[in-house]
Amino acid sequence: ERYKIDFLVYIKALLCSVAADIISTVEFNSTGELLATGDKGGRVVVFQREQESKNQPHRRGEYNVYSTFQSHEPEFDYLKSLEIEEKINKIRWLPQQNAAYFLLSTNDKTVKLWKISERDKRPEGYNLKDEDGRIRDPTTITALQVPVLRPMDLMVEATPRRVFSNAHTYHINSISVNSDYETFMSTDDLRINLWNLEITNRSFNIVDIKPVNMEELTEVITAAEFHPHQCNTFVYSSSKGSIRLCDMRASALCDNHSKFFEEPEDPSNRSFFSEIISSISDVKFSHSGRYLMTRDYLTVKVWDLNMESKPLETYQVHDYLRSKLCSLYENDCIFDKFECVWNGSDSVIMTGSYNNFFRMFDRNTKRDVTLEASRENSKPRAILKPRKVCVGGKRRKDEISVDSLDFSKKILHTAWHPSENIIAVAATNNLYIFQDKVN
Amino acid sequence: MAGADSDDSLYPIAVLIDELRNEDVQLRLNSIKKLSTIALALGVERTRTELLPFLTDTIYDEDEVLLALAEQLGNFTMLVGGPEYVHCLLPPLESLATVEETVVRDKAVESLRKISHEHSPVDLEVHFEPLVKRLASGDWFTSRTSACGLFSVCYPRVSSTVKAEIRQHFRTLCSDDTPMVRRAAASKLGEFAKVLELEYVKSDIISLFTALASDEQDSVRLLAVEAGVSIATLLPQEDLEALVMPTLRQAAEDKSWRVRYMVADKFSDLQKAVGPEITKNDLVPAFQNLLKDCEAEVRAAAANKVKEFCENLPEDSRETIIMTHILPCVKELVSDTNQHVKSALASVIMGLSTILGKDNTIEHLLPLFLAQLKDECPEVRLNIISNLDCVNEVIGIRQLSQSLLPAIVELAEDAKWRVRLAIIEYMPLLAGQLGVEFFDEKLNSLCMAWLVDHVYAIREAATCNLMKLVEKFGAEWAQNTIVPKVLGMANDPNYLHRMTTLFCINALSEVCGQEITTKHMLPVVFKMSNDQVANVRFNVAKSLQKIGPVLDSNCLQTEVKPVLEKLASDQDMDVKYFAQEAITIVFCSE
Repeated sequence: ERYKIDFLVYIKALLCSVAADIISTVEFNSTGELLATGDKGGRVVVFQREQESKNQPHRRGEYNVYSTFQSHEPEFDYLKSLEIEEKINKIRWLPQQNAAYFLLSTNDKTVKLWKISERDKRPEGYNLKDEDGRIRDPTTITALQVPVLRPMDLMVEATPRRVFSNAHTYHINSISVNSDYETFMSTDDLRINLWNLEITNRSFNIVDIKPVNMEELTEVITAAEFHPHQCNTFVYSSSKGSIRLCDMRASALCDNHSKFFEEPEDPSNRSFFSEIISSISDVKFSHSGRYLMTRDYLTVKVWDLNMESKPLETYQVHDYLRSKLCSLYENDCIFDKFECVWNGSDSVIMTGSYNNFFRMFDRNTKRDVTLEASRENSKPRAILKPRKVCVGGKRRKDEISVDSLDFSKKILHTAWHPSENIIAVAATNNLYIFQDKVN
Repeated sequence: MAGADSDDSLYPIAVLIDELRNEDVQLRLNSIKKLSTIALALGVERTRTELLPFLTDTIYDEDEVLLALAEQLGNFTMLVGGPEYVHCLLPPLESLATVEETVVRDKAVESLRKISHEHSPVDLEVHFEPLVKRLASGDWFTSRTSACGLFSVCYPRVSSTVKAEIRQHFRTLCSDDTPMVRRAAASKLGEFAKVLELEYVKSDIISLFTALASDEQDSVRLLAVEAGVSIATLLPQEDLEALVMPTLRQAAEDKSWRVRYMVADKFSDLQKAVGPEITKNDLVPAFQNLLKDCEAEVRAAAANKVKEFCENLPEDSRETIIMTHILPCVKELVSDTNQHVKSALASVIMGLSTILGKDNTIEHLLPLFLAQLKDECPEVRLNIISNLDCVNEVIGIRQLSQSLLPAIVELAEDAKWRVRLAIIEYMPLLAGQLGVEFFDEKLNSLCMAWLVDHVYAIREAATCNLMKLVEKFGAEWAQNTIVPKVLGMANDPNYLHRMTTLFCINALSEVCGQEITTKHMLPVVFKMSNDQVANVRFNVAKSLQKIGPVLDSNCLQTEVKPVLEKLASDQDMDVKYFAQEAITIVFCSE
């Protein structure tokens, strides 16, 4: 079923949650029942979707906090005299294997595997003390008592299961779980490593673009992801605007790509900023595995895996900023790393912008919309109004001028429920969850 | 036992039971490890009705506790009342078989397999088989992967209807949605095939094998290779060609290097399973291809198998096959671009000489050995040197010694201390094969140079090496060649070198015997007790303690004791400590 265009307009807020710190990543699990966010302070907050209840059918879909835990702590590398930030760069969920949930979280250097599980029973009955903890006189013990498990209030626990460390010299920008459910990769600026989920003391380097002489460095890896179904295929994007697709079957070290996606540069558009704005900040396979989506500073592009020469579709995210690149360079905004996401059926794509705006593009109808995530606009069940930015001098009612955009309010991280029209949008330290208007 | 009035023997058990839920993991682990003691105290009835239900729900614990629990339950049959009640152990093991930690699950499966043999045929169908079915159709893949390992233990002992169900369940798991379950099924396919009737091997197993071997996931296909080897051993020779070989041939040419690697890794088993005819016709060309594979990992795995493959070739055509098909590939590998390939080859290539005999070795293999001895990668040279004994038997080491020496010298002076360490370890072997003359002339100075290496691990290995050399060449040789040099170092201005003298004495005194020790070494040790460096002095104390057993009691009393007593009143704390310790051990132990 195709998504109606209505969805792009009529969406309502489900939740606005204020995090303690700036949110740095947002990710739904494979069923969409859980949503995890990571923040600059190294915390992970997991939200769980309210189960359907007969009494309050309208409450279905609301997300409540399920578990909060400190995933990473600030560290200091004494050998290199470097501080290692606790900020969570990425979260990836593992396929569910038993009643517990598992996720991988990473900061700049260390990937951790967390288990989130429920406990609803606790043991009761001691031999040597009573339930209040008072020690009994050992001579009064005449019979042995085996503890019994009794129901208790539900408790959600997060426990660290594995720590994958000491494999990255540079900063980790991506992690991705393979469809074999056995391995995952971690990517830093110059290298990609492959890990087995059960083995923490060994990883294999599969891509290494570090030149012998660092002065010859012209390009860094900005993101990488495994193909959703083909266990042997992965892509990585670069700061030069290209994407390489590698086949792990061909050789153990994937320095030679099997496909190379790049759009030829338009010489008429060339400027001082060309290279900076063509740097790819995120790359995502479509759920079908047929397409790739990349985000650079001004556009989102969709590529067909079978066509390397140019993108299939190019969408302008905020073309009106083209004239403001100079000031965006001066305030460093030009280096912001925007992410992009697909909806469940790969027909709509979403990515963030400034002024708490985020953009959606319908690939079938070619319609697009700009929406704003803000506290005032998202009272419970209020319907979001499309926003417009005007470029010229004449500003119509409801339009906002380019010059009054707030560049400190940026939406870098968003997530889309794997099968339903529910989206999560992180605007600095606010998390918004929106859902399409059902009836 | 339980219920006796204020029984003292209850107290330790009560502690154990309480500690089953202690906050400290170590205490919980201790309790779990003594679970049999608890069960014994409770008696079979209470173990069944109280302890086991409690344990069934204790799956929230740390992995190591769960692992210990899974292991304990495998030996619990007598504690629940014997084979009649063994099925009571199924619930806790079932819940352990679904946890996410692979080692725990595997241990639970192992225990389940163990206790399956203790079930009567009736209990197996009433209790065990339903458990296998429950696991096999569980919601989570963890339980389904565990089920894969249980089919083979119950299949031989159930009725034919149940057998048909089990086969069906296994089939279903082979085409499970998740790669984890298909991997588990693929890894148990060979084992399951072994307990099936031949007709079902041909009908069921072959089709499952074919399907798994062409799975979309590399990790499943590579496990099917191993299953293929097991299946091949079960089938009569005439069926192999039609049923197994097409799939195995396909695996040897798989697009994914990991699958080809697996074929190379299992090549010797495969060779044994398919027999000489297929080996000659199919495996020889396949092996040649693997040796020439474009992926270095595959070439290295194949290179590792060269010797074994050649050894297992049918005798009538062995030499021809090696000379015409294998050796040309081996020659290419000697100059491979990848050092892991070369070093894998170097670790086995010497073994070919026994298979090919003296003349072929001199004509064809020797040039390869010499080339590898000059390889730029130290590991390759080391692997050649470490396997010299095989060549020694066939052509004598003299043929090689001209090239050997420069190779050894270069390794001995390698900038990486781990390389130096590795070559030291081969010195006793080399010395034995090259003979004392050659050694004295060429290698002795190297061995002495290592004693003053700037890396402690090298100096330590060098002292140990001296001891082994003396074991080989005898005390007299030691007295003439080694001991004077070692003792000479006692006057070295560097205190680390002076300490090396002491370490050498520690290592050599026993092999050199009482006379040399007393006459030559002891005076030097005594002299060093006046060293200005405290580290040297307390090592004198340690040395005296060490060589004490070699000396006679008169010498101990009149000479050693005064020195140790003097050290015991040294102004340095450590010297005092070690001197006192030496006095206690040497003089008070009897």
